[in-house]
Amino acid sequence: MIEAARAIVRRDLLLALRRPSDVGTALLFFVIVASLFPLGIGAEPNLLRAVAPGVIWVAALLASMLCLSRLFAADHADGTLEQMLLGAAPLGMIVAAKVLAHWLVAGLPLVAIAPLIALQYDLPPALYGTLALSLLLGTPVLSLVGAIGAALTLGLRGGGVLLALLVLPLYVPVLIFGAGSVDMASAGLSPLGQLQLLGALLVVAAAFAPWAIAAALRISTE
Amino acid sequence: MSAAIRWFWFASPQTFFPLAGRIALACWAGAAVLAAAGLYVGFFVAPTDAQQGEAYRIIFIHVPAAWMSMFLYVVMAFWAALGLAFNTRLSSMMASAIAPTGAWMTFLALWTGALWGRPTWGAYWVWDARLTSELILLFLYLGFMALQAAIDDPRRANRAGALLAIVGVVNVPIIYFSVQWWNTLHQGASVSLTRAPSMASTMLAGMLLMALALWLYSIAASLTRVRCIIRERE
Repeated sequence: MIEAARAIVRRDLLLALRRPSDVGTALLFFVIVASLFPLGIGAEPNLLRAVAPGVIWVAALLASMLCLSRLFAADHADGTLEQMLLGAAPLGMIVAAKVLAHWLVAGLPLVAIAPLIALQYDLPPALYGTLALSLLLGTPVLSLVGAIGAALTLGLRGGGVLLALLVLPLYVPVLIFGAGSVDMASAGLSPLGQLQLLGALLVVAAAFAPWAIAAALRISTE
Repeated sequence: MSAAIRWFWFASPQTFFPLAGRIALACWAGAAVLAAAGLYVGFFVAPTDAQQGEAYRIIFIHVPAAWMSMFLYVVMAFWAALGLAFNTRLSSMMASAIAPTGAWMTFLALWTGALWGRPTWGAYWVWDARLTSELILLFLYLGFMALQAAIDDPRRANRAGALLAIVGVVNVPIIYFSVQWWNTLHQGASVSLTRAPSMASTMLAGMLLMALALWLYSIAASLTRVRCIIRERE
């Protein structure tokens, strides 16, 4: 069972490595969206410092949502997904491995590059740690919850927009606690409470989302 | 025993169809009478509020609509889950029939809330916890309806919608509390089951009448819609 999961992670990472532009596009999108805000709202440093946590988090939300449709689409198109559904390894384990691989490719780079954007927004360096930690805890939740939507909209017309409509309302708690933790830290308070709540969301999502994703895949492919 | 048999008897769309028609008719009539009574009590009998003047009277629509909007989501998720678990056609049809009514109630609560907020808070919209969670609830309803509309095969539409409704119903409390901690301006609940109500009894009576009217309206509208769905599919 663990071997199957490890094989899936390896395979998906390898596939992503073979096509590095896909990974780069999402990252570039994240940077571009974050760079658009100062152009729209003005370059006043105090204003930018105030909106930075929210903007970075919203950009991360959108970037991770854009990658979601890729999660199962290729496997669905070439029939691999059906083999996974029929295979002996438990489907929940397989989808958990796929989501993990997806997060390593689409979520982790966002965590790594976020301090750079924080620099652009003139956030004090003391906040980088909180920002990175909140993204580190929050982006896996986005991948897990988003994968439910991706599985439900598999092969539907207008899938991309529909996916956004389904998934974005469910992202709200992550956004609130994620941006909230950085806001707390910038106000000089301890962000620990918000980070712990993010951690709790991650635990709950990791425990239950694979079931829901597996059920959704069975519904979509039957 | 016979009662149990009758329940399953009406679980078939064919036998439910005429029953739904009769219940819907009774509920339409009841809703009309109760709404007339509730609006009369609300607009002519209930006293003017000491702080908010006449503007508060929108409470008679606002609060019942907000109650229904949240309650209907749970009812919808219940029917959807039942349809997913037991594969009963009628349960899934009920879920799809309730969704538009729930979305309408949510919209009504937001709309009347905006009209109420303008004279009392000085703004149509504020980013308050309850308003925001109600808005997100509206998005959840719309997502459910959009997902069902995007899938052509009714069986897959039912099951996919059911899964989304269940995920949504798990998320609603999380969203509610997260938004609550995020920001709160809305006045606390005026009606509670555990303590004495903080409003005049005629106001309460008017509100309960309107709540009952909206209950009957929701039942009537959902049953009328489920009859259309049965006609369409069977």
